Amino acid sequence: MPETLFEKVWNRHVVQAETPDAPAVLYIDLHLVHEVTSPQAFSEIESRGLTVRRPDLTFATLDHSTPTLPADASGERPYYTPASKTQVETLEANCERHGVSLAGWDSADRGVVHVMGPELGLTQPGMTVVCGDSHTATHGAFGALAFGIGTSEVGHVLATQCLLQRKARTMRVTVDGRLQPGVSGKDVALAIIARLGFGGGTGFVVEYAGEAIRSLDMEGRMTVCNMSIEAGARAGMIAPDQTTVDWLKGRQHAPSGPAWDRAVADWLALASDEGAAFDAEVHIDGAAIRPMATWGTTPDAGSAIGEPVPAPRDASGEKALAYMGFTAGEATTAHPVDVVFIGSCTNGRLPDLRAAAEVLRGRKVKPGLRMLVVPGSEAVRRDAEAEGLHTVFTDAGAEWRIPGCSMCLAMNGDMVAPGQLAVSTSNRNFEGRQGPGSRTILASPATAAATAIMGVLTDPRVFLTETALLKQPSAAREAVGVQNA
Amino acid sequence: MPEPFKTLTSKAVVLSQSNIDTDQIIPGRFLSTTSREGLGAWAFYDWRYEADGSPKPEAVLNRIDPTERRILLAGKNFACGSSREHAPWALMDYGFRAVVSTEIADIFTSNALKNGFLPIVVDQAAWDDLAAHPDQPITIDLETSTIQRGNAQPVAFAVESFARQCLLDGVDTLGWLQARMPAIEAFERQKEAV
Repeated sequence: MPETLFEKVWNRHVVQAETPDAPAVLYIDLHLVHEVTSPQAFSEIESRGLTVRRPDLTFATLDHSTPTLPADASGERPYYTPASKTQVETLEANCERHGVSLAGWDSADRGVVHVMGPELGLTQPGMTVVCGDSHTATHGAFGALAFGIGTSEVGHVLATQCLLQRKARTMRVTVDGRLQPGVSGKDVALAIIARLGFGGGTGFVVEYAGEAIRSLDMEGRMTVCNMSIEAGARAGMIAPDQTTVDWLKGRQHAPSGPAWDRAVADWLALASDEGAAFDAEVHIDGAAIRPMATWGTTPDAGSAIGEPVPAPRDASGEKALAYMGFTAGEATTAHPVDVVFIGSCTNGRLPDLRAAAEVLRGRKVKPGLRMLVVPGSEAVRRDAEAEGLHTVFTDAGAEWRIPGCSMCLAMNGDMVAPGQLAVSTSNRNFEGRQGPGSRTILASPATAAATAIMGVLTDPRVFLTETALLKQPSAAREAVGVQNA
Repeated sequence: MPEPFKTLTSKAVVLSQSNIDTDQIIPGRFLSTTSREGLGAWAFYDWRYEADGSPKPEAVLNRIDPTERRILLAGKNFACGSSREHAPWALMDYGFRAVVSTEIADIFTSNALKNGFLPIVVDQAAWDDLAAHPDQPITIDLETSTIQRGNAQPVAFAVESFARQCLLDGVDTLGWLQARMPAIEAFERQKEAV
């Protein structure tokens, strides 16, 4: 019986099969932990006299509550509140007490949890990966079954390395065709979510397939999988291929020597079998995707930049437009933008920063507009600085910060002020997500950079030279016969 | 340990907006806590309070007595977004014990059930009927898995069978998982042998 990628990974991890009375006991290979959703879980297991059962499969980082401005001369970090500091110190103490590796303040590995895990080679194809964070689906880009869990479940995994899970239904989203130059993984993600609807993936694990998905680099694939939850799907997956293998080779926690060859053979066999059945199938024409931006307060409320905002379908839609200050029938490209944010687990990786820098190089941020660039990890920061990307941003007038979740969820004090309009490379445009009264347009890094220059939502293709455009997706490069550099 | 749940009879509050995300239920800036207690103060904070912290008098959640309206009737795709378990913690601490919607996000459902907060999905007609009569007592019976407005016809709802039994019997999920430890250890030995 042909199996899907999801079924193959699922079957490998079933400790005890599901019955009508009880869910499956599912083994977890990698548990990623951060300071916000873990303290109550550590307290819970400690109150029961339990310890972390597999600290060797548990890795922690500091990202959500951390300031993105450096410590002062005395070493004091500018935490948003005393509670933020306590939260960070609590994770430090919990990791110390339970022998869990923590990429803390002094670590060269520290980063946003979904940037750091893959970077270190912790995330590998065929694994089950969980984290108390809904964007855990990011790791599905490697063909892992990765999903977000709540704090009670964080406690379950800490104590038993297992979770109780009912098997999800499967959906395959096939994005065929060649992506046009200037269209990024973020645009693909927003187009998919617009098509599925905000709750369209609820109850499903989504597998992304098709030529346009295959043409994305690993970072683009991570962006697509990252936003699965914005269509309601807990997990999104992409079959491992040579792009996956090449990306993982030589990473700190990746296998090496003969184990590497065995692993690669295993990974490449994970792809869904020919004829495997999905509970739902969706097809999208990748060649028709344009740079996307949202206009509403849910991530599915998006369309190609410059298209008129559709008429609201119901009272909730009317409320969203009123909140955003947009009018049905008009494009959103005339509204002054106050803040541009580049970063997050969705778009805080090196190629994201390169795409933004490509647009911004030699240009200036519109006076009065605030632009914040926050690398997704210390590794991204090092690599970006080695390439001089940080000076492209600072020369243009943007702020270059230290890694963290920052303005994506605005719990560290990096906020959009009430009423301000932001163009953000993050993943949620909910009311108040980036600060009380903040208004958010979701878009790609290139779009964010183009917007920073013009001061209004701008299709980045107007700034990209022919060369820059051709450098973007490999499929586009092939389309015009340009060889790999 | 979740609070056991058998039956609940209460009036309701209607928040008919669809896609009420977990950032509305408890904004991100209130997640800097290491406790699960007392989060009701932040429940729907930006719906209930002005930027200066003064209460919005028109906000329905400021006008009701939470002790007599323990059922939330919410629009479609309730509690979408973030996986924060702070959302059910905040709703319960505010006073709610159940939410009724036509669609509820997966992670929230899982989190809610682990805390004894009942997420109930009904069809649009049943929801409309309940929402039209929020001042009539609604009875939720988990044993029969039905929800009933006054003496109207009870409406059946589905709850994942294991979670339902845990709530009815007061079974502790983590304890149940721990009892599977021999199987977990055997799985690990087999995995390492490969």
